[in-house]
This record gives sequence, structure tokens and C-alpha cells, in this order.
Amino acid sequence: MTDLATYNFAYLDEQTKRMIRRAILKAISIPGYQVPFASREMPMPYGWGTGGVQVTAAILGPDDVLKVIDQGADDTTNAVSIRAFFQKVANVAVTTKTREATIIQTRHRIPEETLTAGQTLVYQVPIPEPLRFLEPRETETRKMHALEEYGLMHVKLYEDIARNGHIATTYAYPVKVEGRYVMDPSPTPKFDNPKMHMSEALQLFGAGREKRIYAVPPYTEVVSLDFEDHPFEIQHFDKPCALCGAEHVYLDEVVLDDKGGRMFVCSDTDHCEDRREHGHAGHLLAQQEAAE
Amino acid sequence: MSAVPLLKVNDVSKFYGSRIGCRNVSFELWPGEVLAIVGESGSGKTTLLSCLSTRLMPSSGVVEYHMRDGQYRDLARMGEAERRFLMRTDWGFVHQNPADGLRMTVSAGANVGERLMAVGDRHYGNIRATATDWLRRVEIEEDRIDDQPRAFSGGMRQRLQIARNLVTSPRLVFMDEPTGGLDVSVQARLLDLVRGLVHDLGLSAIIVTHDLAVARLLSHRMMVMKDGLVIEQGLTDRVLDDPREPYTQLLVSSILQV
Repeated sequence: MTDLATYNFAYLDEQTKRMIRRAILKAISIPGYQVPFASREMPMPYGWGTGGVQVTAAILGPDDVLKVIDQGADDTTNAVSIRAFFQKVANVAVTTKTREATIIQTRHRIPEETLTAGQTLVYQVPIPEPLRFLEPRETETRKMHALEEYGLMHVKLYEDIARNGHIATTYAYPVKVEGRYVMDPSPTPKFDNPKMHMSEALQLFGAGREKRIYAVPPYTEVVSLDFEDHPFEIQHFDKPCALCGAEHVYLDEVVLDDKGGRMFVCSDTDHCEDRREHGHAGHLLAQQEAAE
Repeated sequence: MSAVPLLKVNDVSKFYGSRIGCRNVSFELWPGEVLAIVGESGSGKTTLLSCLSTRLMPSSGVVEYHMRDGQYRDLARMGEAERRFLMRTDWGFVHQNPADGLRMTVSAGANVGERLMAVGDRHYGNIRATATDWLRRVEIEEDRIDDQPRAFSGGMRQRLQIARNLVTSPRLVFMDEPTGGLDVSVQARLLDLVRGLVHDLGLSAIIVTHDLAVARLLSHRMMVMKDGLVIEQGLTDRVLDDPREPYTQLLVSSILQV
């Protein structure tokens, strides 16, 4: 350490961390309930994960190993800059390996690899209120949560079926937590919803602009809402990953040229790389190797 | 008609600071009965309706409702959860402006189905079938089920609002100027519809209106309000044909004859 003035460990001052930790504790005690907290200005714009960063900063210790993903990838702008931020202000170890991480901050994905006890998944949440687009009044939505009036959530799903013939909500798909609170799982694809159910890992959600923290403790029931005659189902992909050949994973579409060429690859880059290291190859990778 | 009143109103007053909203109103509403509250603007009709429907808390007095389990419950002493549940199952509230009572950005079918989903209906096919049936009953074509109320005319919106309220077969419906803002022929059609539904379903209704023709067509009994007080009440035909109070006489005589 130099004598130069430095940041407090993990950027936030201790009083702020205390305040956030209290909110987190409350959120864990009432699964799915949105706890208001005094969100701070962070050195990044709203929408870039200010909520997630504050939660991470509040729970981060010197021994933690941090992984940050953005849409499943470790190497995109948001992930790289948040990882660099915590390296700088907390000097913690970072990794891209899901298995090695103790804290994983995420935007839009849950890693493909099953999380285990002791790991914490921190979500960056833009709009924590699942009822928001149907009921704009905060006073009213709070009352609806308090009185468990969730008919409106099904109105949204009804509209989906009426317009599209099936439930067309593919991300931010509403879930009911422990049979009580309806929760927005942040804009993760509904593909990831079943992973939240009875997860061994602690899941924390931070919404910086909306000043809300909520949580799903380990081994908590998380059920996606649906209709009896239109049950919940996750996305299915026709082809396996073009690079690692994985099936039953969430795929991103990548445009290859301007002639309509495209490929589908794992959105979870760590999972994909891991598989390739273990000798799995998708059809594009196999072609490339054959060409070489 | 059963032997006990559905709603018992005893000495209800509402003050806005030193101003009077309504004062010392007492009456009983019987099952299957339609009561009209008439009077000029500012006479306290809507204040009274809000007090009865728990949208406002009365300053004094008691409103008791005969619950489905046979007990009378003081509405002011009910918990909020219970009151809201009552409002969306056993009661209906038809607003003057349909936009206040409808969700303008979701389809007609979902508007009708919302109450069903709120009480736990989770079968899309059944919800849709019920919604279709109700649209037919309020004379909205079936192929409009997926249209938003924004695409509906004023009369259709009002009929949709009525369907949305009646889908859980409530026993009591409050209506605040249900025909206000509609042209005369649409009004007539709506009144006809409401009269038919009230009769078929055995609904009780409290209708606030300044239009005596509406009261004449729909209601069995009426109350005339002036300056927050009920000055005259009785059978509709009696009050309109043989008004006793000078103010009622004035009101009746001021109807335009064409």
C-alpha cells in the first residue's frame, strides 16, 4: 500500500455497506419481497448494474473470488469494466470459471453450470416490479403485493396467449417465490427460471435506479406462473452449439456474414470454453479444424 | 326477495372539514332492489355512493352489509384485504367514465377475465369462454374480444365495463352516472341492457344519476338529495308522479319535454 489516499475496501463506505447488508438480510428473510434501500450514486450510469454493484460491494470480502458476466459472457464491456472496478477498489481475486467463483454478478443469465452451496449470484435488475407495466402506480402495486392480489399478473399472460396463441413472454418471466411473493427474476431468459428453483446458491437482486433489493435464499421454491391449459415451458433450440456441440443450453445467434449466414453458440462463454477444452466440438469448430 | 336487507345504512354523514358532503342518511337496500339517488350537482350523491362502497370512510354512521355467510358486517371495521376482496367479487362498481373502470391497454377479453383470474381461475380456455359469453350478453360482437377498449365506442366501453363487473356474479352493483356522456339512443340501449341484466341476475343496485329518466326506467325506489340531505324518498313512480317536497317538484317539472 502506498501512502496515497485510497478507496475504502470495495468502494462503498462502511455505513453504506451496513445499510445495504441490513436490506439484504431483510430480503433474505422475506423471499421475493422488494426491500427499499438508499441506493447510492455509483461511478457508472444507471442501467449498467449500479444495483448489482452495490450488492456485490456490500457482501464482498478480501477472500472472495469474483466472476462477472453480461449476457452469459465474461468478455463483454459491462462484465469487463465491473470486474476491473472490483479489482481496483477491493483487490479481490477474479475468475471466469463458474466453479471457482464465490460471488457471481450477472446481467441477464444464470450460468449453465449448476451453482453450489456457498456461492452467491448477484443479479443486476432494471425494473424490479413485475406488475409495473400493467399498474403504473407504486402505491397500488405495493398494496397488491401486501394483499397478495396477483390476478393482474395472469392478465398479462392471458394477453400473450390471446395475441400470440402461446405465452410469448420470453424474459423477465414472473415467478412466485415460496408460495407468496410474485417476483421479476430480472431480464433473464425464461430458460433460466427452472434453475432458480431450489437452488443451492444464494440469489440476490439489486435494482439501483429503483432502489430495491430482493432475494431468493438457498433451497427456495420458485415457480413460474402459467395457466393449466398453457403450462410454462422453456425455450428449445433446434441445433446444438456450433462451437462446443452442447445441447439443452441457452444459445445466442451470431451473424457471420451479409449473406444470411449465422450460427448459434452458447451464451455462457465459460461453459462453452470448458467443453471445448474437454474435447467437445460443434459442427463449425470441426469444419475449421478440418480446413486447417 | 329474502326477508333481510342486503345493505343497512344508518345515519351516515361525511364532512369535508367544515363542509358537508352528506348528512344523516339512513336507508335499507333489499336483495333484488334497485335504488336511484338523484339530485343536482353538488348535492352529495357521489359522496354518499363513495361512503357506501367504502371508497370513502364516512365521518359518522354505520354501513352494514349482509355477507354471503349470513352475517352482517360493518364495512368500516373490515380489514382492507377483506374489503378489497368483497369489492372484486360480491360487488361491482360502474364508473361514469369507462376509462376509470377498465384497463384501457389490455384486450376486452382480459378486462372481463381479470376478476376471474383475481379469484384464482387458472384455466385460459375457461376464462376465455366466460369472457366470450359475457361479451355476447352485453351485445359486443365476439370478434372484438381481442381488441383493446381504446378501439371501442363510448357505449361499447360502458357495456364492457358492466360485463367486467358482473362476471363474478356480484350481488350488489354501484353505478355512478352510468349513462353520463352517452348520446340518447346509446343511453336507451344501455338502460335496456342494464334493466334486463338486473332482472335476470336478481342484482341489487344503487344508481347515482341526475337524469330522472334513468331513475324512472331502472329503479324501484329513489332518494332525492339536496345539500347533503335526503329530502324525499319512496317508490320511484310515486316520487316522480306525486312529488311532495317543493324541491322535488321543481326537479320533476324542469325535465325538458320534447
